[in-house]
Amino acid sequence: MSDQSASNGRISHGSLMVADPRTKKRNAAEARFRAYGIVAISIGVLFLAALAFSILRSGLPAFTQYVAKLEVTLSQEDYDAAESKMLKTAAYTDIFIENFSNALDERGVDVAYDSDAIERILGKVGGDIRGHYREHPDDIGRPVTFQLQTSSRVEGYFKGRVDRESLVDSRFLVKTDLDIVDALTDADILTGRFNWAFIKGTDAGVDNPGGAGIGAAAVGSLFMMLVVLLLSLPIGVAASIYLEEFAPQNKFTDIVEVNISNLAAVPSIVFGILGLSVFIQFMHLPQSAPLVGGLVLTLMTLPTIIISTRASLKAVPPSIRDAALGIGASKMQSVFHHVLPLAMPGILTGTIIGLAQALGESAPLLLIGMVGFVAREFPDGVVSGFLDPNSAMPAQIYTWAARADAGFYEKAWGGIIVLLAFLLTMNIIAIILRRRFERRW
Amino acid sequence: MNDMRIVKRDVDMNDIKISAKGVQVYYGDTHAIKDVNVEIKDKTVTAFIGPSGCGKSTFLRCLNRMNDTIDICRVEGSIQIEGEDIYDKRVDPVQLRAKVGMVFQKPNPFPKSIYDNVAYGPRIHGLARTKADLDEIVEKSLRRGAIWNEVKDRLHAPGTGLSGGQQQRLCIARAVATEPEVLLMDEPCSALDPIATAQVEELIDELRENFSVVIVTHSMQQAARVSQKTAFFHLGNLVEYGETGQIFTNPQDPRTESYITGRIG
Repeated sequence: MSDQSASNGRISHGSLMVADPRTKKRNAAEARFRAYGIVAISIGVLFLAALAFSILRSGLPAFTQYVAKLEVTLSQEDYDAAESKMLKTAAYTDIFIENFSNALDERGVDVAYDSDAIERILGKVGGDIRGHYREHPDDIGRPVTFQLQTSSRVEGYFKGRVDRESLVDSRFLVKTDLDIVDALTDADILTGRFNWAFIKGTDAGVDNPGGAGIGAAAVGSLFMMLVVLLLSLPIGVAASIYLEEFAPQNKFTDIVEVNISNLAAVPSIVFGILGLSVFIQFMHLPQSAPLVGGLVLTLMTLPTIIISTRASLKAVPPSIRDAALGIGASKMQSVFHHVLPLAMPGILTGTIIGLAQALGESAPLLLIGMVGFVAREFPDGVVSGFLDPNSAMPAQIYTWAARADAGFYEKAWGGIIVLLAFLLTMNIIAIILRRRFERRW
Repeated sequence: MNDMRIVKRDVDMNDIKISAKGVQVYYGDTHAIKDVNVEIKDKTVTAFIGPSGCGKSTFLRCLNRMNDTIDICRVEGSIQIEGEDIYDKRVDPVQLRAKVGMVFQKPNPFPKSIYDNVAYGPRIHGLARTKADLDEIVEKSLRRGAIWNEVKDRLHAPGTGLSGGQQQRLCIARAVATEPEVLLMDEPCSALDPIATAQVEELIDELRENFSVVIVTHSMQQAARVSQKTAFFHLGNLVEYGETGQIFTNPQDPRTESYITGRIG
């Protein structure tokens, strides 16, 4: 090649039909790079699938609960008689057992049981029934179908956590109880159903994993997200517009810029300490309130929103600003009428990323007292939703996961599913909004 | 009718619209414009020509204070429009830009409908009281922009969906919709094909009737075709300014002659 190029003063390219060594090398490099990409994506998909599988496997049982269905008709006389007794709940338990054995006879089930076994399987049925009639006196004399929840260990038996071989007889459950459970299941008295109580339930489950629900914590998270959205979006967007479009370029703005980037990297627990000392100890805002949680998470979300908003403002072509200014629009008009609408999709993406981070954050919340067992009831209204002590989903999940009882552990996985459902909903809303704002013309 | 217009034009041509005296522009430490004196007449097309980087666009952007948006840019000297110094501290550049419209090198319609593109200026300046007024302004501006016939059936289609030449004429229509007195054009045809260029040039000639037009161009043929007055810039200096015919046939400065004959630039 070299003597050829020397002879005619040009580089000889050779035949196009044969790939030269350089081309071969380049093509091989490209093929390798593609292979790396495919491998990387496959590993990612694999991990995602494994994660989704393990979450669903461990979490889905939390959405099923096992109940005993029994129709009871209580006459006024029975009610008066039971209420006049010293041990009222025991009287109701007797009424239940009477109805229960009738139901068993009807279905031809032959199994031995006593009131202790009933209590081990279904808990304190007398109290549940009495509570119902005291709350709904109209139901006296009418047939009422009770759905009584099984105890945590019986539920564990249904879900495979408890089996005959490993079961050690205790005052909570003995082996013969499982025979009763099997017989009741065959007779269709014990059935599984969707556990609405887990989603709507407000009991954080200090001692009863079966009744624990994530409802109150979900409402707490919702109110916190409202605070974060209402504060961080306007403040973040306004700050970025000022820094990007109006602020002069000098030392001071440089320092502000560097520090915003630094803030994005500050560990979230530091914001928790800050919230504790500023919002609670100094400003005396109520402890464990979603308002305070929202404020802390706002501090955490702001840098994310500011950075992404500035990036999307920067991406708007300067010709649009020139066009608006050239017509005689003021700086502010050019920004708000033309630049901001074009930057909107990017701003929304940043906001959703920030909100998703905030939604999944538990460390700063623990420091300001939004711990799992605080969530006990739904707030009465909007104001109390912000100010009354409540928890947030990640804090609730953390509390459940830290408990020894396998029932709580299952609830933690179920809570993660609810949390992910929240996140997915938020992302879908963001995608819909993006589509609306995006101008592909 | 046509003759009447020519007579009227001749009379108006004597008015001086913009008068620049001793203008110096600095970008940081760079001295971009060196002591430029120029008088631009009303109802005339004035062309600024010169090699790349000679400062003609910079000077054009001084005339509506678009350079204000660049932090490091500093302007000295005086530029008067009808006797009023536009760099006086009482002057709001936003108000000035409504009076001195601008068309840019690359067509830059807003990503909105054709109607909204043209109506934006009148809306922010409050030129229309009713929807009917606004419709009228939009139609008039699009007619002046010589694009009405092409877009009248799709006023609510996106402006960015038009061809390059149509987009530039839309931008001109948008610029004239605010009824400016001066129209600045920064290489308006550099991104257009010859046919679109011819349409825009024809349009510039028509705009002369109502506006004082200042056009920056790289093409000497274009300057010769559309302008009455030509200014030649070189390395930040205004080398020569005069009647277009005189500049192209009988340049006084050897640098102008070299540029026009293709030896520098």
